[in-house]
Amino acid sequence: MKISIERGTLLKAVGQAQSVVERRNTIPILANVLIEAEGSTVSFRATDLDIEVVDRAAAMVDRPGATTVSAVMLHEIVRKLPDGALVGLTEDAATGRLTVTAGRSVFSLATLPKEDFPVMASSEYASNFAAPAPVLRRLFDKAKFAISTEETRYYLNGVYLHVATGDEGPVLRCVATDGHRLARIDAPLPEGAQGMPGVIVPRKTVNELRKLLDDDEAEITVSVSETKVRFATPVLTMTSKVIDGTFPDYTRVIPTGNTRRLEVDAAEFAKAVDRVATVSSERSRAVKLSLDEDRLVLSVNAPDSGAAEEELAVAYADEKLEIGFNAKYLLEIASQVDRENAVFLFNSSGDPTLMREGNDMSAVYVVMPMRV
Amino acid sequence: MPALCRDCLTQFDSGPRCPSCRSPRILSHPELASLSIAHMDCDAFYASVEKRDHPELRDKPVIVGGGTRGVVSTCCYIARINGVRSAMPMFQALKLCPGAVVVKPRMEAYVAVSRQIRAMMEALTPAVEPLSLDEAFLDLTGTARLHGAPPAVLLARLTRAMETELGITGSVGLSHNKFLAKIASDLDKPRGFSIIGQAETEAFLKPKPVRIIWGVGTATQTALENAGIRTIADLLRWDRQDLTARFGHMGDRLWHLARGEDHRRVSRDAEKSISKETTFNEDTASAEVLDGHLWRLSEQVSDRAKAKELAGRTVTLKLKRSDFSTITRRHSLADPTQTADRIYREARALMDGAREPGPFRLIGVGISDLTTADQADATGDLLDPGAGKRTAAERATDRIRQRFGKDAIIKGRALR
Repeated sequence: MKISIERGTLLKAVGQAQSVVERRNTIPILANVLIEAEGSTVSFRATDLDIEVVDRAAAMVDRPGATTVSAVMLHEIVRKLPDGALVGLTEDAATGRLTVTAGRSVFSLATLPKEDFPVMASSEYASNFAAPAPVLRRLFDKAKFAISTEETRYYLNGVYLHVATGDEGPVLRCVATDGHRLARIDAPLPEGAQGMPGVIVPRKTVNELRKLLDDDEAEITVSVSETKVRFATPVLTMTSKVIDGTFPDYTRVIPTGNTRRLEVDAAEFAKAVDRVATVSSERSRAVKLSLDEDRLVLSVNAPDSGAAEEELAVAYADEKLEIGFNAKYLLEIASQVDRENAVFLFNSSGDPTLMREGNDMSAVYVVMPMRV
Repeated sequence: MPALCRDCLTQFDSGPRCPSCRSPRILSHPELASLSIAHMDCDAFYASVEKRDHPELRDKPVIVGGGTRGVVSTCCYIARINGVRSAMPMFQALKLCPGAVVVKPRMEAYVAVSRQIRAMMEALTPAVEPLSLDEAFLDLTGTARLHGAPPAVLLARLTRAMETELGITGSVGLSHNKFLAKIASDLDKPRGFSIIGQAETEAFLKPKPVRIIWGVGTATQTALENAGIRTIADLLRWDRQDLTARFGHMGDRLWHLARGEDHRRVSRDAEKSISKETTFNEDTASAEVLDGHLWRLSEQVSDRAKAKELAGRTVTLKLKRSDFSTITRRHSLADPTQTADRIYREARALMDGAREPGPFRLIGVGISDLTTADQADATGDLLDPGAGKRTAAERATDRIRQRFGKDAIIKGRALR
């Protein structure tokens, strides 16, 4: 293999591939990126056995071929090369090294045979559809804070991507929950997604996907099977196994009968929660919300360290209510709000509370109260 | 730089030897007078007591242990030179050190000495937190005026008194919190005195491996390594949020400890864990029998937690196989619990997840990472709406048992 490629192009391609590589792993080949050159493209493939990323870039291919080198090392080298440099990658079959040249810099990297590189088995995808990157970005971004890290309920360690019926017909929906809070985010159902099986997309995949979708306006092709999900752009393909488990029936968790309505400026609310929570050193800080006519008092009382209180002007016209929440949960939920106002719907101080942005039903959050 | 002679307790302004007794055992540190959290750890405690009581053993390698389990419980420093370590099987220890004198532990003697040491410590401060018979934390904050000497002097006096009056040596770590004090006491063993000051904390911790952190065992270490974290310096590169997202509460703890921050107080009743275990008459692999024990143990742990008004954030399951090898599984909860129902459910999930067929000779359940009960079971579970009801039922059961006796009402599960 012998190719020449522009440094910026190479950096982007290797950068996206290397980010799935686990920094420490016991199988040496998994630390490597598989470089394949053919025609006028070179592809970079990396995997952690659960996620596989293939990145394609245009290059001058003098001699086609394939080899594998340390993903992190190659990325570091390319990153340190000057902008605009032309990088040569030459495989020397005799020494088993890959020579990286740019200007006067020459690197010789150890390789591992391409045959040892685990390529993820291809599958038949039951459903293929295209969705704009911003739509997918919103779906996953707004849901991911609620993903559980608890290993016993492993089926909660991801975002449940599925087709559901929203208020105005079928939607593409992401749900995540850890048992204490839940996020349900909807987007218009893309054409071709109707028959898609519901899958649980693992946390790491969601995070990696986020990098892939970064400020891109492109159309993403999404392919889903019972066991895998694939997100592809013309230059990049990310395939991930999905969590083998059944996502719980979340519909019965979302309260429908909550009537006490609080409307509050989300940013002001989040700042106030953050301020009053400062006095508690406990890890699960409880913030008490005391609601009375158009008045919300946030208070924290930590016997050992102190107390804090802050009053906010809000819209609230129902009977008095006192309810406690974990400050962290409140903050995370409030920070999901893109517009000005957050609407909270309460029932009693022991029942789950619902939060949404204004009257928009396409992003709904549920949070469990805390005894205070 | 302020300095202190550990032999005659003279305080002076640095120098290689004590100006009054010429001893080279000098302790000098810029923060010598201001640090006040200490950890005192006796050197080879059981073996030292044996040597004191049997002077003929003084120059021989001594191993305390044996009994039924056949492992080394403590060994003296002569035996350690030969590679003998605590918890090592006795046959292996004797292979390494064939001349060693094996002494059966005399717990009463150790407890008696431990009491004497504790009384000495309590004469210095009421804030003594014993960790075991031979080690304790001391908080000497604000005692300088009372005793007319800074904590460092009091501690040097304490170890000197232990040596002269009890014939036991100890090593002291002095710092600004428990985490660092404990690390310090181990730096200069035996008969040591180490100080980790506020100013040097960061530089001291940076190159250290993560396992120096209390609570980082093999599993956490592996998880950290998978994230590319091997040293404290690696930890320092992580955002607090990222650490918490990846490692939960442990991540938050690591974030603080990596910065040398530890806000735990030295307190007498700081219990670390509550656990109960039972050894079977006959090894068993029966899921039903194990489940019954699991429930009873969970209930006992819960009873104790309720009595002490404590709750735990971590539930631990312990199983001992027929060959005496032990497996432990632990799980951290988002909010602390003290109910038998949750402890049992977590322990049961751990047992199912362990995929161990048995047979087992022992099963144990525990909670750790304790907090006060007022935060216990405070947040309900969206996905388990019955949890709230079960907790309420358990509280009602507790009241009935308080009034009519322990066996007035029990779960059918406990009869298995």
